[in-house]
Amino acid sequence: MRLSLTINGERREDDIDPRTLLVHYLRDIAGLTGTHVGCETSLCGACTVHLNGHAVKSCTVLAVQAEGAEITTIEGLARGGQLHPLQEGFWEEHGLQCGYCTPGMIMAAADLLARNRNPTETQIREALEGNLCRCTGYQHIINAIQSAAAKMRTQKAA
Amino acid sequence: MFPASFEYHRASSVKEALAMLQQYGEDGKILAGGHSLIPMMKLRLAQPAHLVDIGGIRQLASIREEGGKVIIGGLVTHHAVERSDVVRAKLGMLSECAAVIGDTQVRNRGTIGGSLAHADPAADYPAAVLALDGEIKIEGTGGSRVVKADDFFIDLMTTAVQPGEVLTEVAFAPVASGAGFTYLKHRQPASGFAMVGVAALLTLDKKGNCDRVRVGITGLGAKPFRAKAVEAALLGKAPAPAIAAAAAHAADGIDPLSDIHASADFRAELARVYTRRALETAAARAKA
Repeated sequence: MRLSLTINGERREDDIDPRTLLVHYLRDIAGLTGTHVGCETSLCGACTVHLNGHAVKSCTVLAVQAEGAEITTIEGLARGGQLHPLQEGFWEEHGLQCGYCTPGMIMAAADLLARNRNPTETQIREALEGNLCRCTGYQHIINAIQSAAAKMRTQKAA
Repeated sequence: MFPASFEYHRASSVKEALAMLQQYGEDGKILAGGHSLIPMMKLRLAQPAHLVDIGGIRQLASIREEGGKVIIGGLVTHHAVERSDVVRAKLGMLSECAAVIGDTQVRNRGTIGGSLAHADPAADYPAAVLALDGEIKIEGTGGSRVVKADDFFIDLMTTAVQPGEVLTEVAFAPVASGAGFTYLKHRQPASGFAMVGVAALLTLDKKGNCDRVRVGITGLGAKPFRAKAVEAALLGKAPAPAIAAAAAHAADGIDPLSDIHASADFRAELARVYTRRALETAAARAKA
């Protein structure tokens, strides 16, 4: 069936099988492989993208449910060749090791920072409860998000 | 991992959804946020031939006040319930409960109507909806009816919603000012589901005795229930000395679930302990 939506600011139309999950649509049809397939059971968060501004697990959304929606994936965060402060934060604070969970972590963190510009460590940990990392032990991820939040507050103020 | 093939139908109104359900009969299934149904479809535990997507019916996605009640549309997400000022002010327990369902991403998609109609025995909302005496509106081709929370949950994943019907909204009377309440659960650490969850609400009279007690328990048995023996044991009494003895009745008459996460005996013990803790918190928050 026909699906039309906006991905990272670009309108797209595709013919898809209704049972296509959003994550497979994004990766296999739209070619955006930054969103990862992890547990496939809505637990690990590696497939997190934004649907109309809210973080969702794209393995648990049918692509047809995103009809008319605005989707943002990890590929849509950088602007004009400039990494998003969260991407810079993960780089500078060593927020990743293998990198598998990273796109989902960053998209979940972006949802948090959109709601709360200055989250506490506890609030960050709570916001990431739906994202699993098997490498870092999370502390560097927390540091990366705090660093990004501080940078974004300065940028807003400037 | 993806669902078996199905035909997808997008309903733009409740009326249209009902017509579709009538047309597809047993082969039709309603899709709301999909956070219970899609996982089941991926595991092929559910293989509906026709999916009727009600996700686009805007009027089911709002929270409003009407006739002294707070009315929450079936499509309102857990996130929206958690963040709603009206819900926080008038149904604090419901926003407290919504805030601990699943995780952020799940709360952004999952809906109150979907959770209630699915009736997973470990879902959080049912405990709070029972303790708040929620009234569930169900629409069918023959008209609509309202079912009290007490009569809504029938058995494991079975509710008063009949084939061909749609759960459209849930109405609540505001919680009395001065009432103390909480929703407390023992989380299954991987999924976040309630191994046992207890919603406790109580109000005190001028002497400081309980004049209204509501305890809803989820996760323990095949269906969520009101722990009426606990409520009765506390009614008319000062909470502090009576809570422990009252909470001991939390699993009375219930055949507890048993699985790899918790044996029946452990679940019953969790229910007693969490009922005591929830009532202690509610009592501490209540104002005479």
